[in-house]
Formats: sequence, structure tokens, C-alpha cells
Amino acid sequence: MLEPLSYAIIAACFGYAAWSLYAVARNRTPREPHVIGAGVIEVLLVVQLVVAIVLMIMEGRPDDLAIFIAYLVFVLLVIPLALFWALAEKSRWGTMVLVIGALVVPVLVLRLEQIWEGTVG
Amino acid sequence: MAEPVGSAQSPPDRVPSARATNTGPGRALIAVYAIFAVGATSRAAFQIGTKFDEAPVPYLLSAFAAVVYIVATVALARPGRISYRVALVAIGIEMVGVLTIGAMTAFELVDFPDDTVWSWFGRGYLFIPLVLPVLGLWWLRRLRS
Repeated sequence: MLEPLSYAIIAACFGYAAWSLYAVARNRTPREPHVIGAGVIEVLLVVQLVVAIVLMIMEGRPDDLAIFIAYLVFVLLVIPLALFWALAEKSRWGTMVLVIGALVVPVLVLRLEQIWEGTVG
Repeated sequence: MAEPVGSAQSPPDRVPSARATNTGPGRALIAVYAIFAVGATSRAAFQIGTKFDEAPVPYLLSAFAAVVYIVATVALARPGRISYRVALVAIGIEMVGVLTIGAMTAFELVDFPDDTVWSWFGRGYLFIPLVLPVLGLWWLRRLRS
């Protein structure tokens, strides 16, 4: 797919995860900056969705179209669900949930890239 | 009863209630369980739906693992005595499952045509399937004391 975008998302996720892990180490609950950071990742994922749709129209579809679309949708749900689960917890472990969520997204993005390249590209 | 107490500054080790599996470290644990529940379920559904004949036994084992993860996730996320017991049984089964399937595949007692979540002690998933039930049992045990 669009590799620079994938790498940007992965880098953002790792940065966010490291930053949140630092907050866990300092015994911090999720704060407003964490929500904003999560929003930035989510915006990048929405951009990825749009790019994927445009590429599918212009360049053709991957053979595993259903799986590809499933991953595209799943990856959008991770951060909102992590926020929902994290913000109700008033301890450092809420922040840890954000770390976990931010580490799942790169896995899904890499899988998306593989599914795309396995057939198109 | 499941309401978390204390602020960010309070010691995270303090568990508010003996059966509140869904607060504190349990919160993070449930997040990981939920990921495996969704991941294993969708993967097993896809495998069984599209290519069941290729490797029926591993795909059924994957489906079984998926059910175990779902039950463990829901039981951990709900407070209460019964949920605690259900979680204990589910995570116990998970532990036995990953050790059994892990050993059978690693020592080549069986030769599955495709991998399950628990093959080679969860090698394909960074060995998280092996670590997860250990953490789960540790968490449940710590709540009991």
C-alpha cells in the first residue's frame, strides 16, 4: 500500500506507546494529552482507510479483499476501544491499556501491508 | 464493588475488593485477553469458513482456544464470585491447552498441517499465549489473598 504512511503510523504508535509507558512508570493515570495523542493516531488510520479505498479503485483490489477490508475496519476500532477501557480506570493500569492498544495497531498495519503486497504490488 | 478507589498517587498494588478482577492490573490483562479473543475468533472463523478441509484438527483447536479466550475475557471483566470462578476455570484450561498443544507441536508428537494459536507455545504470537495464563492465574491468586 502506501508505505510511507504505514511507517508513519507505526512510528507514531511506537512513540505513543513509549510515552505512555513512561507515564505508567511514573504512576500516572491517562490524561488529556494521552487522549489527544490517541486522536492523532486515529486520524492517521482514517487517512490510511481513505488511501486504501482510493488505491483499490485506481490500482485494483487485493485477492484477499474480505480480509483486507476486515483489517482496515478492525484497526480503526482498536484505539477508541482502548480509550474507552483505559479512561474508566483510575490508576496507572489505565495508561497501560493505552500502551497495549498502541502496540496492537502496528501489528495490524503490517498485516494490511502484507495482504496488499501479497497480491497487488 | 468494582469501583476503583484511590487516585493516581495511591499504590497500584492495593486492590479495592477481593473479587474485583476488572480493576488495577486486571484492567490491562483484560485488554490483552480481549485482543486474543477477537483475533483468535476471527482467525478461526476465517479458517473454518474458507479452508476447513486443509487442516481440520488445528482449526478446531484454534476455535476452541478462541472460545476459551472469550470466556476468560468476559469473566475477568465482570466482578463477582461466579465470574471469578469461571475466570479461574477458563484460564486453567488455557494454561493446560497451551502447555499440551505447545509440547505436542514443539516435540513433534503431532504434525499439524497448519499452526494453531497454541502451537510451539504460541511462537507465532511472541509467546504471549504462554505468558498470558501465567499472568491470569497470578492475578486471580493475588485477589484471593
